[in-house]
Amino acid sequence: MNDNKTPQTIEEENEALLEEIHQKSDSSSPAASRTLWGDAFKRLRKNKLAVISVIWIIFVIIVALSADLWAKQWLGSPTAADSTTMAQNSTLPPSGEHPFGTDALGRDILVRVIYGARISLSVGVMATAISTILGLIMGALAGFYGGIWDTIIMRLADIFLAFPYVLFVVSLIAVLGRSLTNVFVAIGILGWPSIARVFRSAILTVKENDYVDAARSMGASDVRIIARHIFPNSVASIVVYATMNIGGAILTESSLSFLGMGVVPPTPSWGSMIQDGQAYLQTAPWMMIMPGLAILSTVLAFTLLGDGLRDALDVKMKDA
Amino acid sequence: MGKYILKRVLQFIPVFLGVTLILFALQNIVPGDPIKLIGGEKALTPEVELQLRVKYHLVQVDDEGNAILDENGDPVPETLWNRYVFYMTGLLQGDLGSSYQRKLPVTDIFAAKYPYTAKLALCAIVLEAIMGIGAGIISAVKRYSFWDILVTLVTSVLVAVPAFWLGMLLQLFFGVQLHVLPISGAGGTASQYQDWVHYILPAVTLASVSTAYCARIMRSQLLDVMNQDYIRTAKAKGLSNRAIIWRHALKNALIPVVTYIGVDFGAMLSGAILTETVFNWPGIGYEMFRAISSRDWPIVMGGVTLVVLVVMVINLLVDVSYAFLDPRIRFDSSNKNA
Repeated sequence: MNDNKTPQTIEEENEALLEEIHQKSDSSSPAASRTLWGDAFKRLRKNKLAVISVIWIIFVIIVALSADLWAKQWLGSPTAADSTTMAQNSTLPPSGEHPFGTDALGRDILVRVIYGARISLSVGVMATAISTILGLIMGALAGFYGGIWDTIIMRLADIFLAFPYVLFVVSLIAVLGRSLTNVFVAIGILGWPSIARVFRSAILTVKENDYVDAARSMGASDVRIIARHIFPNSVASIVVYATMNIGGAILTESSLSFLGMGVVPPTPSWGSMIQDGQAYLQTAPWMMIMPGLAILSTVLAFTLLGDGLRDALDVKMKDA
Repeated sequence: MGKYILKRVLQFIPVFLGVTLILFALQNIVPGDPIKLIGGEKALTPEVELQLRVKYHLVQVDDEGNAILDENGDPVPETLWNRYVFYMTGLLQGDLGSSYQRKLPVTDIFAAKYPYTAKLALCAIVLEAIMGIGAGIISAVKRYSFWDILVTLVTSVLVAVPAFWLGMLLQLFFGVQLHVLPISGAGGTASQYQDWVHYILPAVTLASVSTAYCARIMRSQLLDVMNQDYIRTAKAKGLSNRAIIWRHALKNALIPVVTYIGVDFGAMLSGAILTETVFNWPGIGYEMFRAISSRDWPIVMGGVTLVVLVVMVINLLVDVSYAFLDPRIRFDSSNKNA
């Protein structure tokens, strides 16, 4: 502060500042203080694309979760097909009664897209959870213990990245068998190297700091040091990578289902609906267009949110 | 430089062994007896079955090549490790084994299919380089203009779009609606179109996502370089904008882009399962997918071995050229991620 000012003016200034801060925090959330997340949240709110993405993601989640309450009554069952409805309703174009049209078995496509969102969202979240946890453990082992651990784990990461991705996922499903859990596992197992690399380099930069030595001298265990002192430093970049990975996992799931390696029919999944539509490309193109739009909008929302979070949290990423 | 190349080659050996070993172990976890797959519907006589087991190294043999039998008269299964050693020995002699179902050597199958994958990859990479670099340059030079916003929008959408779906939309528009392009196959005598026309849609589909990434990298690199001191010097010297971009900025901005394109070319050469499936393309990606579905493991193993080798050679070439273009990498031996 300026030396020329009397204590009184300083006090007045401080009070004016305090008032200003109070007003600001009243207008926004009470947590709009000077924390990393408070600042990031403020910046994220100014990013229109990110806000729209969040709204869209929340909308899809609500629709998918509440579908049992209203969707079947309105549009019929997403899975059942009997011969009478089949004859009458097969491949109807979009109309008031069936907003997205119907498929070859006479099932409403909108209700199948709604139930397909459950598969896509659960795969996105679960696969990302598996790969993030695996990546954190591998990254921590490689970065914190170094030496032989580092060599083995980073070579393993190279091996995973050297594999042609889709081919590897398809082979894993062929080995594990077709089921929703196995889709989580196959996509989750293959996603860890990127998170592991991020966490490893974060640990390498933080490990030598004095406060880590201080914590160790006070008797903190390795796990505690990693969880309490190192992890908070890299949580921003991990959140950004995880958000983008959700979009990537949804895309991979749709590819798997398209190849007939995803969840078992008649459970609707966006990718398998596109595969069903392939045979009707000439006569009923809405069968593949509608689920494709669902994939595109949802994945786009997660990527744009990831971009927004990256800018808001000021995370530096290697790729553009 | 020689030392650097040698180091990279030596680093590839454990990765190569790891990839093949993992896949080899995977195929043995899968339920199902390969000999049943070879026999198909027919029941094989025990003698033929034993011969086949010997041929595919599924049972242990003595020095004369006869199967070793245990006290019950049953053949003794070969260990996984020995079978892997047999496989790698064959590989070093150029033998990838035989397909279970198609009764052909795996090398013959890939020799027939690989040209289609390679030609498609070549078309796609040329498309990607021209479109990606071009869009990236325009976007960076005319920053915040209409074109920049357009490029940013299109690349964001392309990154989020499932490529197979994009391929089907192209089939729908150009094939079904306009009737100007073929929607499947690689041409041949039965097609009413010339062969090269068949490459257009698959190449566009295969190139779409990577073109978007390429344009983004080009844009951010060029913007990055334009902020460097030597560009300011060139400006102060009174050079025209055009000369600055073409003579000074582009050279340095292109290095990471060329690297990306190189690595991507390796990925494309490993066969595009999705694109090849959508367009019914007779390449190795579709062949390997078909083999996985029907558990024809020799084709899968051979394909992955081939693909990993191709990817590694391309990545090695990329790394070496990178070190050649950017001397900082070859002298900085401490930088392991280079």
